[in-house]
Amino acid sequence: MNDAVRGDRQPGEASGVQPAARPKVSSKFRLQWEEAQGAWVLLYPEGMVRLNASAGEIMKRCDGRRTVDELVAELEQAFDASGLQGEVTNFLDMARKQHWIEV
Amino acid sequence: MNASAQPSAAAIGPPLWLLAEITYRCPLHCAFCYNPTDFAATTDELGTEEWLRVLREARAAGSVQCAFSGGEPLARDDLEVLVAEARRLGFYTNLLTSGVGLTEARAAALKEAGLDHIQLSFQDSTRELNDFLSHTRTFDLKQRVAAMIKANGWPMVMNCVIHRLNIDYIENIIDMAVELGAEYLELANSQYYSWALLNRDQLLPSREQVERAERITNERRERYGDRIRIFFVVPDYFETRPKKCMNGWGSVFLTVTPDGTALPCHTAKMLPGLAFPNVREMGVREIWYESEGFNRFRGDDWMQEPCRSCPEKDKDRGGCRCQAYMLAGDAAAADPVCDKSPAHHRVLEAVDLAQRPLQSATRALPLVFRGPAESRRLIEQSRNAVAP
Ligand code: SF4
Ligand code: SF4
Repeated sequence: MNDAVRGDRQPGEASGVQPAARPKVSSKFRLQWEEAQGAWVLLYPEGMVRLNASAGEIMKRCDGRRTVDELVAELEQAFDASGLQGEVTNFLDMARKQHWIEV
Repeated sequence: MNASAQPSAAAIGPPLWLLAEITYRCPLHCAFCYNPTDFAATTDELGTEEWLRVLREARAAGSVQCAFSGGEPLARDDLEVLVAEARRLGFYTNLLTSGVGLTEARAAALKEAGLDHIQLSFQDSTRELNDFLSHTRTFDLKQRVAAMIKANGWPMVMNCVIHRLNIDYIENIIDMAVELGAEYLELANSQYYSWALLNRDQLLPSREQVERAERITNERRERYGDRIRIFFVVPDYFETRPKKCMNGWGSVFLTVTPDGTALPCHTAKMLPGLAFPNVREMGVREIWYESEGFNRFRGDDWMQEPCRSCPEKDKDRGGCRCQAYMLAGDAAAADPVCDKSPAHHRVLEAVDLAQRPLQSATRALPLVFRGPAESRRLIEQSRNAVAP
């Protein structure tokens, strides 16, 4: 599971998650909505990460089908906002380092 | 669990973690076993329907992690039914097992039921450890179980309770975990409750042993890099501040014992004068939010000095209530692991005793191995002790 991260550091490849990439929640985690907590959570062996609202909105769209560009466009429309690209990319970079997503 | 817990009882969060101790039956005899020493007195285990109801009620109250433990949970043949219902309800399902009783067929049935994770523990009496380290029976069993875990696509998580008698073999334990393909290895120093407390003087390692084990663990981390993540949990007797026990009393964890007693932690039943509810008589939500047993040590009204006015009280919540009771004789006292506790010397004395050479005469004390006959003997003994 660490190969993806290492692979990215190879010469010639940019380091961040690319706009055309199709991120997907890692098979090592389960993403689910928890009514009692009013939040999306990531579950893993004997543990849980509670996602804040925007992280949850991003993660639930990481289904391996949407590209990052599509995901950003969708969020901008849903929340009537613009210029979310930077924030989303930063989050996805972090999420990949944590192995929450595969790209 | 990484989720942040509420430091004060003003807002009681949901019981995120359900620990389902579905049976005390176990084929093994660990000298550090965390089951109560009087476990043999439990004869009326909850039935399948009752457990299914507990799972539903706990999930409705917001539980999300569910660990099936024991005893040996595989000793119940309805485990697959319980796991399937838990998974269907949306729990993340964990099975804590020694692997004894796990056949290919049961592994497949558990996979089918949706089991998310197996934590394979090293069973350990000294003989079994030797078997394991010398690649005989026990090693073969672990190897077979590890292969089943991999074949079913579960993450491979191993756990080994560390103590005076095995801590010097820590390099072998780590190397074998790697050989078995473990992705995570938890080296948890024994906690001194129940059977481990009876055996404490034989099980508590010396400072040098702990330091050496930590050093070797670090070397192995370097060597193996990303192949395995190793967690090393230091025995709290060597600390000067207590652990935030159970992340705070009644803040995250709900344990249900084989007979249906609901506890804020699996050892809490030992605390005197506290009535803990039973799931046969009370619903999970009411147990969690309203029962006296769960509210007793929430917040900080119950605290005494030195905790009450201590600036660190939100950090550790005064430590473990059971340890306070066992070592200071008062469940509302500061955990004696804390060097501000007036009973801290009790911990220091145990640590001093552990400094004796490994081969000294005190070591000749026999270990008390967990088992039903031994449990009945201990029940009898304590009855005689209180009889007029
Ligand atoms: S600690 Fe050992 S004896 Fe106790 S329940 Fe676990 S495997 Fe069985
Ligand atoms: S005095 Fe009590 S609250 Fe303060 S550090 Fe010690 S145990 Fe924790």
